[in-house]
Amino acid sequence: MEKPRPLTQAAKAVALVAVVLLVCVPFLVILSTSLASPEEVVDNGGWVLWPTEPTIQAYRDILDGGIVTHALGVSAGVTVVGTLFSLFCTVTLAYALSRPGVFGGRPVLLLVLFTFLFPPGMIPSFLLVKELGLLDSYGSLIFPVLINVFNLVVLRGFFQSIPDELYEAARLDGAGDWRVLWSVVLPLSKAALAVVGLFYAVAYWNSWFYASLYLESDHWPLQQVLRTYVVAGSGLTDTATSEGTVNAPQTVQMAVLVIATVPILLVYPFLQKYFTKGVLTGAIKS
Amino acid sequence: MAAVVRERAGTEAVTPSRRRPTGAFRRRKGFQSRKSGSRGNRALFLLMLPGLGYFLLFHYGAMAGNVIAFKDYVPFDGIWGSPWVGLGNFQRMFQDAEFWDAVLNTLWIAVLQIVFYFPVPLALALLLHTLTWTTVRRFVQSVAYLPHFISWVIVVALFQQVLGDTGLVNGYLGDAGLSTVDIIGNPDAFRPLTVAQVIWKDAGWGTIIFLAALSQVDEQQYEAAAIDGAGPWRRFWHVTLPAIRPVIVLLLIMRLGDILSVGFEQMLLQRDAVGPEAAEIIDTFVYYQGMVGGDYGFAAAAGLFKGVIGALLVYAANKVAHRLGEQGVYK
Repeated sequence: MEKPRPLTQAAKAVALVAVVLLVCVPFLVILSTSLASPEEVVDNGGWVLWPTEPTIQAYRDILDGGIVTHALGVSAGVTVVGTLFSLFCTVTLAYALSRPGVFGGRPVLLLVLFTFLFPPGMIPSFLLVKELGLLDSYGSLIFPVLINVFNLVVLRGFFQSIPDELYEAARLDGAGDWRVLWSVVLPLSKAALAVVGLFYAVAYWNSWFYASLYLESDHWPLQQVLRTYVVAGSGLTDTATSEGTVNAPQTVQMAVLVIATVPILLVYPFLQKYFTKGVLTGAIKS
Repeated sequence: MAAVVRERAGTEAVTPSRRRPTGAFRRRKGFQSRKSGSRGNRALFLLMLPGLGYFLLFHYGAMAGNVIAFKDYVPFDGIWGSPWVGLGNFQRMFQDAEFWDAVLNTLWIAVLQIVFYFPVPLALALLLHTLTWTTVRRFVQSVAYLPHFISWVIVVALFQQVLGDTGLVNGYLGDAGLSTVDIIGNPDAFRPLTVAQVIWKDAGWGTIIFLAALSQVDEQQYEAAAIDGAGPWRRFWHVTLPAIRPVIVLLLIMRLGDILSVGFEQMLLQRDAVGPEAAEIIDTFVYYQGMVGGDYGFAAAAGLFKGVIGALLVYAANKVAHRLGEQGVYK
């Protein structure tokens, strides 16, 4: 085919650079502002593109104990525990539903898929959480959202794609279903498990609404603290730092933002690596 | 295949075992293995229970709570003790101007998103697809997908920092002597702002499915068209577009089915800043009436209404998509 014209090439390049800048610059500004001295922030009118004298004082202040440190612990705990519970329940259900002979498989599948169509609703869910005594407990952030139907379907599809011969061979060796799952299926599913696990982890890390609904403010996870302190701009009842802060709130706010974002950035390469293996596109097609 | 032909021809003499010889043979073998069918089934059933238990309790059990939509729910009396009001909550809802404002807002924002957001992942995918330099393409893709995994809290905070009164853009405009823009906190700018936010957050992620579709277009068709003298524009119009049209139509239909669901978290985070006239959607209406205002029964009614209508729409959209999909196969 003919060579592309230089004008089109240039236009494409501009578009691509624009996309990259649009995504990266906001993060850069946040990071820079968090590392700048409070005087520089004030001088510049509230933000900094590149700090002249970087300082990590803002981070020292918020990680010193106090609300942000506690919230960080809550978020980390909920994310780890939640992901484990979610993976366990999703994998077992997906595996059972992927086997053709299971008792009640078809009705259960329909039952599950229907919930995707008709979610329970905010008010009824709240009443249920209250009835179960889960208010102001970390379980309220995990159990009501334990399984995501999309993740379930992805795993089920993946388990179904494992060749029957492997199942048969394990069966003939005398393995029961638990053994087959543990020794045969799971080792083969590492990529799919990684993707689904990371999806769950990201969802737990990012959650804030249910915390605002079910938890007292001293039990809040990081994103909800971020929302109150940064987005809504209101002070918390305690200071965000362990003592009174000398920093301009702006640098501290930006530091909280950065801390809330960094874990996502850290797991992102792994997420990329696994789902570019085509796990997701296959599932989406089906 | 042969069995199907025989069926069509109407011969009744096909026995089950002849129709599917391999399957029956395998199954008989399976029953004779040490772990019999019923034992295996029980283990599988047990495996199902944790997940099933979750759905039964937190979805169907919670759904039962919708009964308060037909009651005048008083927390002190609980669900059972509260008096019935039949359709009273719904009547009040239909007469509530704020409810209809929320519905209108929801539809408005959804339409804006379909018109302005929907083409962006497609355009981006097309752009990425024509890139032959794979390292650059993968790099841009990685960067573009990232905002999808960032929470809405962070996204809203980022937009505040960039477009706010003391933000990046206004800083530069001020330094350049130009007049500043009033975007964050401005109710009139709110709807376009939300579309921009959705584009920033999800357009990259949306390219995945389009790129998958584009990668399936037959290379030879492009070459054949080029040989026939079609330039890049004609090739796009006559080869690319028809090939990905089914995906576009499918996604559009699914989005329409989902039309009552517009970013709840996104709206809730910003509602206080711009006010309900601009930011209220059905879901935030439910939240403010119920959780904040304490009018649980009324809020549950609104939520139930949205849930049922939403379910019908998604179901209908699915059916339409199915029909079109089948037609597509026969084309």
